Amino acid sequence: MTILAILIPVTLLMGIVGLGAFFWTLRSDQYEDLSGDAERILFDDDRPLPAKNARPPAKFKETTP
Amino acid sequence: MMSNLTGAERASAMLITGIGVVIGLTMAIAGRNDVMGAQGWIVLAFSAVLFFVVANALYHPEPTEDRTTSYYDDPTKVGILLALFWAVVAMGIGVWVAAQLAWPNLRFDAAWSSFGRIRPVHTSGVIFGFGGNALIATSYHIMQRTSRARMPDQVTPWFVLLGFNLFCIIAASGYLMGVTQSKEYAEPEWYADIWLVVVWVAYFVLYIRTLARRNEPHIYVANWYYLAFILVVAVLHIVNNLAVPASFAGAKSYSAFSGVQDAMTQWWYGHNAVAFFLTSGFLGMLYYFLPKRAERPIYSYRLSILSFWGITFFYIWAGSHHLHYTALPHWVQTLGMTFSVMLLIPSWASAGNALMTLNGAWHKVRDDATLRFMMVAAVFYGLSTFEGSFMAIRPVNALSHYTDWTIGHVHAGAMGWVALITFGSIYALTPVLWRRERMYSGMAVEWHFWLALAGTVIYVFAMWNSGITQGLMWRTYTESGTLRFSFTDTLIAMHPYYIARALGGLMFLIGACIGFWNVIMTIRHVPNLSPELDYPKSSKATEPAVPVAE
Repeated sequence: MTILAILIPVTLLMGIVGLGAFFWTLRSDQYEDLSGDAERILFDDDRPLPAKNARPPAKFKETTP
Repeated sequence: MMSNLTGAERASAMLITGIGVVIGLTMAIAGRNDVMGAQGWIVLAFSAVLFFVVANALYHPEPTEDRTTSYYDDPTKVGILLALFWAVVAMGIGVWVAAQLAWPNLRFDAAWSSFGRIRPVHTSGVIFGFGGNALIATSYHIMQRTSRARMPDQVTPWFVLLGFNLFCIIAASGYLMGVTQSKEYAEPEWYADIWLVVVWVAYFVLYIRTLARRNEPHIYVANWYYLAFILVVAVLHIVNNLAVPASFAGAKSYSAFSGVQDAMTQWWYGHNAVAFFLTSGFLGMLYYFLPKRAERPIYSYRLSILSFWGITFFYIWAGSHHLHYTALPHWVQTLGMTFSVMLLIPSWASAGNALMTLNGAWHKVRDDATLRFMMVAAVFYGLSTFEGSFMAIRPVNALSHYTDWTIGHVHAGAMGWVALITFGSIYALTPVLWRRERMYSGMAVEWHFWLALAGTVIYVFAMWNSGITQGLMWRTYTESGTLRFSFTDTLIAMHPYYIARALGGLMFLIGACIGFWNVIMTIRHVPNLSPELDYPKSSKATEPAVPVAE
């Protein structure tokens, strides 16, 4: 069954890619506001938000108390 | 539609279609002594038509539309219509195939209409033509909406959509001419396989580029399902189609693997095609359109993410359950069986999550056939994943495998789950995309729903009965230890079920035809939803950040 020597590494590699993606989601705060994330797709204004680079620079950002 | 492309985009579209013409011509000349030549002419005709469509509009005025204030929906619209077109064609052929089994004379003595040639037209047509187009179209919609960002350019989405359809046409026309590498759901020969890789890589890159532009920090769970679908299908497709062409001037190729090695690769691919094409992608559809239509968030968003990672990590190991009692090593069979049973957990988590989302909104399910499509799809998803795990257990498989039970199981998933969630999503999406007040006929949606449900139930029950009867007859011995029933005996026993199956399929097909008609009528006759955009156009707040036609 030499084919398993190909299929198992390929499968494991895909698993590692998946795991990497999962760790990326953890590090980039994807799971900080799950209920908000689920609600926001229900918004009805059917148009894109202004592009990121069109926003005011970071120094004008509101500071949280 | 062409008027939305800039001059540069039209020029690159012309370049791409021009390359298509050259490739088609090369195939036609190189393969002139083979069926590959005929396939080359098809590529040539397809590319040439698109080339002239683009060339005709090359010097039209530049678009004035401001790209920062809207999503790019033209390819989504075309994708939805293509999906419905393929549904009608491929389900129609499915009914014909089913009828041939009950009444073999319906072959009409032609080579191209034999069971072995039109069956893959049906399977590829519904899976790739109908399912694939629906997945591509809805993914374009969902990736933009959930990212709150427009797609990065206007050529790639067309390239992916039309390139994929060219693959489907090459595949289907090839089967009729006898071009096949005899791998289930991977029948197209080497040149079609290479083309699909090109299209698929462009699709993945497009998806990632859109996500990279997102203005919403969170990547909604539906996107993860679509991404897994695209990425895993790419890897599976490449490994399973590793083959050496007998000649670059002909369609015939030989697989890089042989015997049980090839069988293992095929079912590693085949089962994961079910997992990542027919499940993961359509779960993405479910997780977006079901909450949207029910107007309530998914019951447990946390669970939806957990079941995504569960499905992604478990499914890939389950393929060897297709090869129980074969030359495959016993431990590999057991591995496949174990993971298949474990899969029940993330599968039922998704099905349960969908149904719990509707809990408290049952009055909407009662009144709205579109939402009912999605609800029944979730139920069938739960049923067929349970059935799948059950059938993967080796002793059960001893009875079920190679019988019609498998066909029943596949269609419970394909009709009950995949097609119903797709039709539900199309009915939810059509008024939004074309900005119509509603579907043309609510009654037609109801008719479609009940025809589809009745057709599926008739089909699945017929195949369960037929399959179990067949399986039991095959394993019945006489007292002297010989087989009790001949193969012909089983055929006679299955005949009434084959008629019932054709009838169920016909009902499903009629429903799909009604759906196609309803969508066309919605586009043509339902008044526009006004105001078209629900925000002040003149306000400073909505002024484009970049000048028009940048």
